[in-house]
Amino acid sequence: MSEEKWEPKIVAFVCNWCTYTGADLAGTSRLKYPTNVKLIRVMCSGGIDPVFILKAFERGADGILVSGCHPNDCHYNAGNFHARRRWEFFDELLKFLGIEEGRLQFSWVSASEGKKFVDVVTKVTNDVKAMGQFKAYKDLNDEFTAKFPEPVLNEKEIIMSEEDAK
Amino acid sequence: MDDLRKYAAELLEKGEVAAVIGYQQVSEKRTKPIIAKTAEDCAKLVFNEYCLNNLAVYLTKARVKELRRVNGAVLKLAITAKPCDVHGIVALIQESQLKREDVTIISFNCAGVVKDFGMDFNGETLATKCVPCDTHKPLYSDMVFGEEKETPKVSDEVLAKIESIEKMSAAERFEYFKAEFDKCIKCYACRAACPLCYCQRCITDKTIPRWVESSAHSRGNFSWNVVRAFHLSGRCIGCGECERACPMDIPLSLLNRKMVIEAKEAYSYISGRSLETPTLVGSFDVKDSDELFM
Repeated sequence: MSEEKWEPKIVAFVCNWCTYTGADLAGTSRLKYPTNVKLIRVMCSGGIDPVFILKAFERGADGILVSGCHPNDCHYNAGNFHARRRWEFFDELLKFLGIEEGRLQFSWVSASEGKKFVDVVTKVTNDVKAMGQFKAYKDLNDEFTAKFPEPVLNEKEIIMSEEDAK
Repeated sequence: MDDLRKYAAELLEKGEVAAVIGYQQVSEKRTKPIIAKTAEDCAKLVFNEYCLNNLAVYLTKARVKELRRVNGAVLKLAITAKPCDVHGIVALIQESQLKREDVTIISFNCAGVVKDFGMDFNGETLATKCVPCDTHKPLYSDMVFGEEKETPKVSDEVLAKIESIEKMSAAERFEYFKAEFDKCIKCYACRAACPLCYCQRCITDKTIPRWVESSAHSRGNFSWNVVRAFHLSGRCIGCGECERACPMDIPLSLLNRKMVIEAKEAYSYISGRSLETPTLVGSFDVKDSDELFM
Protein backbone atom coordinates (compact mmCIF):
# COMPACT_ATOMS: atom_id res chain seq x y z
CA MET A 1 0.00 0.00 0.00
CA SER A 2 1.51 3.31 -0.99
CA GLU A 3 1.68 6.22 1.44
CA GLU A 4 -0.83 8.30 -0.54
CA LYS A 5 -3.47 5.66 -0.62
CA TRP A 6 -3.34 4.94 3.11
CA GLU A 7 -6.57 5.68 4.89
CA PRO A 8 -6.85 5.33 8.64
CA LYS A 9 -9.01 2.63 10.14
CA ILE A 10 -11.05 4.09 12.94
CA VAL A 11 -13.25 2.12 15.25
CA ALA A 12 -15.99 3.91 17.18
CA PHE A 13 -17.60 2.25 20.17
CA VAL A 14 -20.89 4.06 20.58
CA CYS A 15 -23.77 3.69 22.97
CA ASN A 16 -27.10 2.60 21.63
CA TRP A 17 -29.19 5.35 23.17
CA CYS A 18 -27.28 8.53 22.38
CA THR A 19 -24.33 8.42 20.01
CA TYR A 20 -25.67 5.66 17.79
CA THR A 21 -28.97 7.49 17.49
CA GLY A 22 -26.99 10.69 16.89
CA ALA A 23 -25.13 8.98 14.07
CA ASP A 24 -28.46 7.83 12.71
CA LEU A 25 -29.70 11.41 12.80
CA ALA A 26 -26.57 12.51 10.94
CA GLY A 27 -27.45 9.95 8.28
CA THR A 28 -31.12 10.86 7.98
CA SER A 29 -30.14 14.54 7.87
CA ARG A 30 -27.84 13.67 4.94
CA LEU A 31 -24.78 15.07 6.66
CA LYS A 32 -21.46 13.88 5.26
CA TYR A 33 -18.73 12.39 7.43
CA PRO A 34 -15.54 10.39 6.74
CA THR A 35 -16.17 6.75 5.91
CA ASN A 36 -13.04 5.65 7.79
CA VAL A 37 -15.03 5.22 10.92
CA LYS A 38 -16.63 1.86 11.67
CA LEU A 39 -19.32 2.03 14.31
CA ILE A 40 -19.71 -0.70 16.89
CA ARG A 41 -22.92 -0.34 18.82
CA VAL A 42 -22.95 -1.31 22.48
CA MET A 43 -25.77 -0.80 24.92
CA CYS A 44 -23.96 1.68 27.16
CA SER A 45 -20.60 3.44 27.33
CA GLY A 46 -20.29 1.79 30.76
CA GLY A 47 -20.34 -1.58 29.00
CA ILE A 48 -17.28 -0.96 26.88
CA ASP A 49 -14.54 -3.05 28.39
CA PRO A 50 -11.02 -1.67 27.82
CA VAL A 51 -10.06 -5.04 26.31
CA PHE A 52 -12.31 -4.07 23.38
CA ILE A 53 -9.94 -1.18 22.77
CA LEU A 54 -6.85 -3.38 23.00
CA LYS A 55 -8.45 -5.93 20.68
CA ALA A 56 -9.25 -3.22 18.15
CA PHE A 57 -5.63 -2.01 18.23
CA GLU A 58 -4.49 -5.62 17.87
CA ARG A 59 -6.72 -6.03 14.83
CA GLY A 60 -5.15 -3.01 13.17
CA ALA A 61 -7.18 0.02 14.21
CA ASP A 62 -5.27 3.30 13.83
CA GLY A 63 -7.61 5.29 16.01
CA ILE A 64 -10.47 4.62 18.37
CA LEU A 65 -13.40 6.74 19.44
CA VAL A 66 -15.46 5.97 22.52
CA SER A 67 -18.69 7.87 22.77
CA GLY A 68 -21.75 7.84 24.98
CA CYS A 69 -24.54 9.92 26.46
CA HIS A 70 -23.80 13.24 28.15
CA PRO A 71 -23.44 13.01 31.96
CA ASN A 72 -26.88 12.87 33.60
CA ASP A 73 -28.44 11.66 30.31
CA CYS A 74 -27.55 7.98 30.64
CA HIS A 75 -30.38 5.61 29.78
CA TYR A 76 -29.27 3.49 32.72
CA ASN A 77 -28.82 6.54 34.99
CA ALA A 78 -25.19 6.00 36.00
CA GLY A 79 -23.46 3.95 33.29
CA ASN A 80 -21.52 6.85 31.84
CA PHE A 81 -20.46 8.12 35.27
CA HIS A 82 -18.87 4.76 36.01
CA ALA A 83 -17.33 4.75 32.53
CA ARG A 84 -15.89 8.23 33.02
CA ARG A 85 -13.75 7.20 36.01
CA ARG A 86 -12.57 4.05 34.31
CA TRP A 87 -11.65 5.76 31.05
CA GLU A 88 -9.73 8.40 32.97
CA PHE A 89 -7.49 5.64 34.37
CA PHE A 90 -7.27 3.72 31.13
CA ASP A 91 -6.30 6.80 29.16
CA GLU A 92 -3.56 7.64 31.67
CA LEU A 93 -2.28 4.07 31.59
CA LEU A 94 -2.12 3.95 27.79
CA LYS A 95 -0.33 7.30 27.68
CA PHE A 96 2.20 6.05 30.23
CA LEU A 97 2.75 2.90 28.17
CA GLY A 98 3.56 5.00 25.13
CA ILE A 99 0.42 5.00 23.05
CA GLU A 100 0.26 8.49 21.58
CA GLU A 101 -2.36 10.94 22.71
CA GLY A 102 -5.13 11.13 20.14
CA ARG A 103 -5.14 7.46 19.17
CA LEU A 104 -7.90 6.95 21.68
CA GLN A 105 -10.46 9.72 21.98
CA PHE A 106 -13.62 10.16 23.97
CA SER A 107 -16.77 12.18 23.47
CA TRP A 108 -20.31 12.68 24.65
CA VAL A 109 -22.77 12.92 21.76
CA SER A 110 -26.50 12.98 22.40
CA ALA A 111 -29.24 11.60 20.16
CA SER A 112 -30.07 15.07 18.86
CA GLU A 113 -26.48 16.05 18.06
CA GLY A 114 -26.12 14.72 14.51
CA LYS A 115 -23.94 17.70 13.67
CA LYS A 116 -21.69 17.15 16.69
CA PHE A 117 -21.25 13.50 15.69
CA VAL A 118 -20.04 14.61 12.26
CA ASP A 119 -17.65 17.12 13.85
CA VAL A 120 -16.26 14.57 16.31
CA VAL A 121 -15.73 11.89 13.68
CA THR A 122 -14.10 14.40 11.32
CA LYS A 123 -11.78 15.60 14.08
CA VAL A 124 -10.73 12.08 15.07
CA THR A 125 -10.14 11.12 11.43
CA ASN A 126 -8.05 14.23 10.78
CA ASP A 127 -6.05 13.74 13.99
CA VAL A 128 -5.29 10.13 13.14
CA LYS A 129 -4.48 10.99 9.52
CA ALA A 130 -1.97 13.57 10.77
CA MET A 131 -0.41 10.99 13.10
CA GLY A 132 -0.17 8.35 10.38
CA GLN A 133 -0.39 4.63 10.66
CA PHE A 134 -0.25 3.14 14.17
CA LYS A 135 3.11 1.49 13.57
CA ALA A 136 4.00 0.52 17.13
CA TYR A 137 1.09 -1.82 17.61
CA LYS A 138 1.15 -2.93 13.97
CA ASP A 139 4.63 -4.36 14.50
CA LEU A 140 3.42 -6.41 17.46
CA ASN A 141 0.63 -7.58 15.24
CA ASP A 142 2.78 -8.53 12.25
CA GLU A 143 5.16 -10.50 14.43
CA PHE A 144 2.21 -12.26 15.97
CA THR A 145 0.43 -13.15 12.74
CA ALA A 146 3.69 -14.43 11.25
CA LYS A 147 3.98 -16.84 14.16
CA PHE A 148 0.33 -17.65 14.60
CA PRO A 149 -1.61 -17.25 11.33
CA GLU A 150 -5.05 -15.66 11.49
CA PRO A 151 -7.84 -18.19 11.92
CA VAL A 152 -10.29 -18.78 9.09
CA LEU A 153 -13.13 -16.26 9.10
CA ASN A 154 -16.14 -17.64 10.86
CA GLU A 155 -19.38 -16.35 12.27
CA LYS A 156 -18.20 -16.27 15.87
CA GLU A 157 -15.45 -13.76 15.35
CA ILE A 158 -15.53 -10.77 13.07
CA ILE A 159 -12.06 -10.11 11.79
CA MET A 160 -10.89 -6.95 10.08
CA SER A 161 -9.15 -8.51 7.12
CA GLU A 162 -6.92 -6.92 4.48
CA GLU A 163 -9.95 -6.93 2.17
CA ASP A 164 -11.68 -4.44 4.45
CA ALA A 165 -8.75 -2.11 4.23
CA LYS A 166 -8.85 -1.87 0.45
CA MET B 1 7.55 -13.01 69.95
CA ASP B 2 6.33 -15.00 72.95
CA ASP B 3 3.29 -12.76 73.47
CA LEU B 4 2.31 -13.23 69.82
CA ARG B 5 2.54 -17.02 70.17
CA LYS B 6 0.66 -16.95 73.45
CA TYR B 7 -2.08 -14.73 72.04
CA ALA B 8 -2.50 -16.92 68.94
CA ALA B 9 -2.62 -20.11 71.01
CA GLU B 10 -5.23 -18.55 73.30
CA LEU B 11 -7.43 -17.61 70.33
CA LEU B 12 -7.31 -21.20 69.10
CA GLU B 13 -7.85 -22.65 72.57
CA LYS B 14 -10.90 -20.50 73.24
CA GLY B 15 -12.36 -21.70 69.94
CA GLU B 16 -12.63 -18.15 68.63
CA VAL B 17 -10.72 -18.82 65.44
CA ALA B 18 -10.36 -21.84 63.19
CA ALA B 19 -6.76 -21.10 62.26
CA VAL B 20 -4.06 -18.46 62.48
CA ILE B 21 -2.44 -17.51 59.20
CA GLY B 22 1.08 -16.40 59.98
CA TYR B 23 4.79 -16.62 59.24
CA GLN B 24 7.22 -19.28 60.35
CA GLN B 25 10.99 -19.15 60.29
CA VAL B 26 12.61 -21.44 57.74
CA SER B 27 16.22 -20.41 58.17
CA GLU B 28 18.01 -17.47 59.71
CA LYS B 29 16.96 -14.93 57.07
CA ARG B 30 13.91 -16.58 55.49
CA THR B 31 10.30 -17.11 56.50
CA LYS B 32 7.35 -18.84 54.92
CA PRO B 33 3.59 -18.73 55.50
CA ILE B 34 2.03 -21.17 57.93
CA ILE B 35 -1.58 -21.93 58.69
CA ALA B 36 -1.50 -22.71 62.40
CA LYS B 37 -4.32 -24.90 63.70
CA THR B 38 -2.77 -26.18 66.93
CA ALA B 39 -0.82 -24.79 69.86
CA GLU B 40 2.34 -26.51 68.56
CA ASP B 41 1.95 -24.68 65.24
CA CYS B 42 1.48 -21.41 67.13
CA ALA B 43 4.87 -21.92 68.80
CA LYS B 44 6.44 -21.52 65.35
CA LEU B 45 4.89 -18.10 64.63
CA VAL B 46 7.32 -15.24 64.13
CA PHE B 47 7.38 -11.65 63.04
CA ASN B 48 10.49 -9.89 61.78
CA GLU B 49 11.85 -8.01 58.79
CA TYR B 50 11.91 -11.23 56.74
CA CYS B 51 8.12 -11.57 56.74
CA LEU B 52 7.78 -10.61 53.09
CA ASN B 53 4.60 -12.36 51.96
CA ASN B 54 1.35 -10.46 51.94
CA LEU B 55 -0.85 -12.99 53.73
CA ALA B 56 -4.04 -11.12 52.79
CA VAL B 57 -3.91 -13.17 49.58
CA TYR B 58 -4.95 -16.24 51.57
CA LEU B 59 -8.21 -14.64 52.65
CA THR B 60 -9.59 -14.71 49.11
CA LYS B 61 -8.77 -18.23 48.18
CA ALA B 62 -11.76 -20.58 48.27
CA ARG B 63 -9.59 -23.40 49.59
CA VAL B 64 -8.62 -21.40 52.64
CA LYS B 65 -12.20 -20.31 53.26
CA GLU B 66 -12.90 -24.00 53.84
CA LEU B 67 -10.62 -23.77 56.88
CA ARG B 68 -13.28 -21.83 58.72
CA ARG B 69 -15.51 -24.91 59.04
CA VAL B 70 -14.65 -26.75 62.25
CA ASN B 71 -16.97 -29.50 63.54
CA GLY B 72 -19.99 -28.06 61.78
CA ALA B 73 -19.43 -24.52 63.04
CA VAL B 74 -18.03 -21.64 61.00
CA LEU B 75 -15.33 -19.83 62.96
CA LYS B 76 -13.29 -16.70 62.36
CA LEU B 77 -9.82 -16.70 60.83
CA ALA B 78 -6.92 -14.91 62.48
CA ILE B 79 -4.19 -13.42 60.36
CA THR B 80 -0.87 -11.81 61.21
CA ALA B 81 -0.40 -8.82 58.97
CA LYS B 82 2.09 -6.03 58.50
CA PRO B 83 0.45 -2.57 58.53
CA CYS B 84 0.67 -2.52 54.70
CA ASP B 85 -0.97 -5.94 54.48
CA VAL B 86 -3.81 -4.56 56.58
CA HIS B 87 -4.54 -2.24 53.63
CA GLY B 88 -5.10 -5.36 51.55
CA ILE B 89 -7.52 -6.76 54.10
CA VAL B 90 -9.35 -3.42 54.25
CA ALA B 91 -9.57 -3.32 50.44
CA LEU B 92 -11.03 -6.83 50.44
CA ILE B 93 -13.61 -5.81 53.03
CA GLN B 94 -14.44 -2.70 50.98
CA GLU B 95 -15.01 -4.91 47.96
CA SER B 96 -17.26 -7.29 49.93
CA GLN B 97 -14.90 -10.24 49.66
CA LEU B 98 -14.72 -10.53 53.41
CA LYS B 99 -16.48 -9.26 56.53
CA ARG B 100 -14.58 -7.37 59.21
CA GLU B 101 -16.13 -9.54 61.92
CA ASP B 102 -14.91 -12.70 60.17
CA VAL B 103 -11.24 -11.91 60.56
CA THR B 104 -9.06 -11.24 63.59
CA ILE B 105 -6.21 -8.98 62.56
CA ILE B 106 -3.01 -9.41 64.56
CA SER B 107 -0.69 -6.66 63.48
CA PHE B 108 2.71 -5.19 64.29
CA ASN B 109 4.50 -1.92 64.44
CA CYS B 110 6.66 -2.23 61.37
CA ALA B 111 9.83 -0.47 60.33
CA GLY B 112 10.04 -2.05 56.89
CA VAL B 113 11.14 -5.36 55.42
CA VAL B 114 14.05 -6.48 53.25
CA LYS B 115 13.99 -6.67 49.46
CA ASP B 116 14.58 -10.38 49.40
CA PHE B 117 15.37 -13.26 51.73
CA GLY B 118 18.93 -13.71 52.88
CA MET B 119 19.81 -10.01 53.07
CA ASP B 120 20.79 -8.04 56.15
CA PHE B 121 18.28 -5.36 57.07
CA ASN B 122 19.59 -1.86 56.44
CA GLY B 123 18.91 1.19 54.27
CA GLU B 124 20.31 -0.41 51.13
CA THR B 125 18.24 -3.57 51.36
CA LEU B 126 14.98 -1.88 52.35
CA ALA B 127 12.17 -3.10 50.06
CA THR B 128 11.15 -0.50 47.47
CA LYS B 129 7.54 -0.56 48.68
CA CYS B 130 8.71 0.47 52.19
CA VAL B 131 10.42 3.63 50.94
CA PRO B 132 7.28 5.75 50.45
CA CYS B 133 5.35 3.91 53.21
CA ASP B 134 3.53 6.13 55.67
CA THR B 135 1.76 3.51 57.79
CA HIS B 136 4.17 2.03 60.28
CA LYS B 137 1.28 1.43 62.68
CA PRO B 138 -1.73 -0.59 61.52
CA LEU B 139 -4.89 1.38 60.71
CA TYR B 140 -7.17 -1.49 61.72
CA SER B 141 -6.27 -4.29 64.06
CA ASP B 142 -7.52 -6.41 66.96
CA MET B 143 -4.10 -6.71 68.55
CA VAL B 144 -0.81 -4.94 67.94
CA PHE B 145 2.61 -6.31 68.90
CA GLY B 146 6.15 -5.05 68.53
CA GLU B 147 7.92 -1.84 69.36
CA GLU B 148 8.01 1.23 67.18
CA LYS B 149 11.28 1.50 65.31
CA GLU B 150 12.86 3.99 62.93
CA THR B 151 12.62 3.18 59.22
CA PRO B 152 15.86 3.78 57.31
CA LYS B 153 15.60 6.83 55.04
CA VAL B 154 16.49 6.15 51.41
CA SER B 155 15.65 7.80 48.10
CA ASP B 156 12.61 6.67 46.16
CA GLU B 157 13.97 4.85 43.11
CA VAL B 158 10.59 3.82 41.70
CA LEU B 159 9.31 7.39 41.71
CA ALA B 160 12.52 8.58 40.03
CA LYS B 161 12.10 5.88 37.37
CA ILE B 162 8.47 6.88 36.73
CA GLU B 163 9.54 10.51 36.33
CA SER B 164 12.30 9.56 33.91
CA ILE B 165 9.85 7.46 31.85
CA GLU B 166 7.40 10.34 31.70
CA LYS B 167 10.13 12.48 30.16
CA MET B 168 10.58 10.02 27.28
CA SER B 169 8.69 10.37 23.99
CA ALA B 170 5.69 8.13 23.34
CA ALA B 171 7.65 5.90 20.96
CA GLU B 172 10.50 5.47 23.46
CA ARG B 173 8.04 4.59 26.21
CA PHE B 174 6.36 2.02 24.00
CA GLU B 175 9.73 0.47 23.17
CA TYR B 176 10.74 0.42 26.84
CA PHE B 177 7.59 -1.34 27.97
CA LYS B 178 7.57 -3.65 24.98
CA ALA B 179 11.08 -4.79 25.88
CA GLU B 180 10.06 -5.27 29.52
CA PHE B 181 6.85 -7.14 28.67
CA ASP B 182 8.70 -9.33 26.16
CA LYS B 183 10.32 -11.00 29.16
CA CYS B 184 6.91 -12.20 30.35
CA ILE B 185 6.44 -15.97 30.26
CA LYS B 186 2.73 -15.84 31.16
CA CYS B 187 3.15 -17.81 34.36
CA TYR B 188 0.55 -15.55 36.05
CA ALA B 189 2.54 -15.53 39.29
CA CYS B 190 1.66 -11.82 39.56
CA ARG B 191 -2.01 -12.77 39.51
CA ALA B 192 -1.59 -15.54 42.07
CA ALA B 193 0.39 -13.36 44.49
CA CYS B 194 -1.98 -10.39 44.31
CA PRO B 195 -4.51 -10.18 47.15
CA LEU B 196 -6.84 -8.14 44.93
CA CYS B 197 -6.77 -10.51 41.92
CA TYR B 198 -9.50 -12.70 43.30
CA CYS B 199 -11.78 -13.24 40.27
CA GLN B 200 -12.96 -16.83 40.15
CA ARG B 201 -12.49 -16.71 36.40
CA CYS B 202 -9.90 -14.30 35.07
CA ILE B 203 -10.50 -12.59 31.73
CA THR B 204 -7.31 -14.20 30.41
CA ASP B 205 -8.88 -17.62 30.94
CA LYS B 206 -11.89 -16.80 28.78
CA THR B 207 -11.56 -18.34 25.36
CA ILE B 208 -14.69 -17.43 23.40
CA PRO B 209 -13.73 -14.89 22.32
CA ARG B 210 -10.08 -14.98 23.35
CA TRP B 211 -9.63 -11.43 24.68
CA VAL B 212 -6.05 -11.78 25.86
CA GLU B 213 -3.75 -13.98 23.78
CA SER B 214 -2.48 -16.79 25.97
CA SER B 215 0.84 -17.27 24.17
CA ALA B 216 3.87 -15.59 25.70
CA HIS B 217 4.32 -13.37 22.67
CA SER B 218 4.72 -9.57 22.51
CA ARG B 219 1.09 -9.05 21.54
CA GLY B 220 -0.36 -11.30 24.20
CA ASN B 221 2.13 -10.08 26.79
CA PHE B 222 1.27 -6.47 26.07
CA SER B 223 -2.46 -6.94 26.44
CA TRP B 224 -2.08 -9.09 29.57
CA ASN B 225 0.09 -6.54 31.34
CA VAL B 226 -2.16 -3.65 30.32
CA VAL B 227 -5.26 -5.50 31.49
CA ARG B 228 -3.61 -6.46 34.79
CA ALA B 229 -2.46 -2.91 35.48
CA PHE B 230 -5.84 -1.49 34.50
CA HIS B 231 -7.83 -3.89 36.66
CA LEU B 232 -5.70 -2.83 39.61
CA SER B 233 -5.77 0.90 38.97
CA GLY B 234 -7.44 2.69 41.84
CA ARG B 235 -7.37 -0.61 43.76
CA CYS B 236 -3.69 -1.51 44.11
CA ILE B 237 -2.47 -1.20 47.68
CA GLY B 238 1.17 -1.17 46.60
CA CYS B 239 2.29 -4.29 48.46
CA GLY B 240 4.66 -5.13 45.60
CA GLU B 241 3.97 -8.86 45.76
CA CYS B 242 3.43 -9.08 41.98
CA GLU B 243 6.89 -7.76 41.29
CA ARG B 244 8.47 -9.98 43.95
CA ALA B 245 6.67 -13.02 42.55
CA CYS B 246 7.69 -12.24 38.96
CA PRO B 247 10.39 -14.72 37.89
CA MET B 248 11.38 -12.49 34.96
CA ASP B 249 11.83 -9.28 37.00
CA ILE B 250 9.36 -7.18 35.04
CA PRO B 251 9.03 -3.80 36.83
CA LEU B 252 5.31 -4.19 37.52
CA SER B 253 5.47 -1.77 40.42
CA LEU B 254 6.18 1.05 37.94
CA LEU B 255 2.73 0.65 36.44
CA ASN B 256 1.00 0.04 39.75
CA ARG B 257 2.70 2.97 41.43
CA LYS B 258 1.87 5.24 38.47
CA MET B 259 -1.82 4.40 38.82
CA VAL B 260 -1.68 4.85 42.60
CA ILE B 261 -0.25 8.34 42.04
CA GLU B 262 -2.96 9.01 39.46
CA ALA B 263 -5.74 8.00 41.87
CA LYS B 264 -4.21 10.17 44.58
CA GLU B 265 -3.84 13.22 42.38
CA ALA B 266 -7.18 13.04 40.61
CA TYR B 267 -9.42 11.78 43.39
CA SER B 268 -7.30 12.07 46.59
CA TYR B 269 -7.93 8.39 47.10
CA ILE B 270 -5.56 5.73 48.38
CA SER B 271 -6.81 2.16 48.30
CA GLY B 272 -7.31 0.19 51.49
CA ARG B 273 -7.15 3.06 53.96
CA SER B 274 -10.71 3.31 55.23
CA LEU B 275 -13.54 0.87 55.77
CA GLU B 276 -16.11 3.67 55.56
CA THR B 277 -15.36 4.98 52.06
CA PRO B 278 -16.61 3.17 48.96
CA THR B 279 -14.03 1.92 46.45
CA LEU B 280 -12.85 4.39 43.87
CA VAL B 281 -13.78 2.53 40.70
CA GLY B 282 -16.93 1.07 42.23
CA SER B 283 -18.38 4.50 42.85
CA PHE B 284 -18.65 7.80 41.00
CA ASP B 285 -19.15 11.47 41.58
CA VAL B 286 -21.35 13.60 39.34
CA LYS B 287 -18.69 16.31 39.67
CA ASP B 288 -15.85 14.17 38.27
CA SER B 289 -13.65 15.87 35.67
CA ASP B 290 -15.07 15.97 32.15
CA GLU B 291 -11.82 17.11 30.53
CA LEU B 292 -11.19 13.90 28.64
CA PHE B 293 -14.43 14.06 26.69
CA MET B 294 -15.15 16.13 23.59
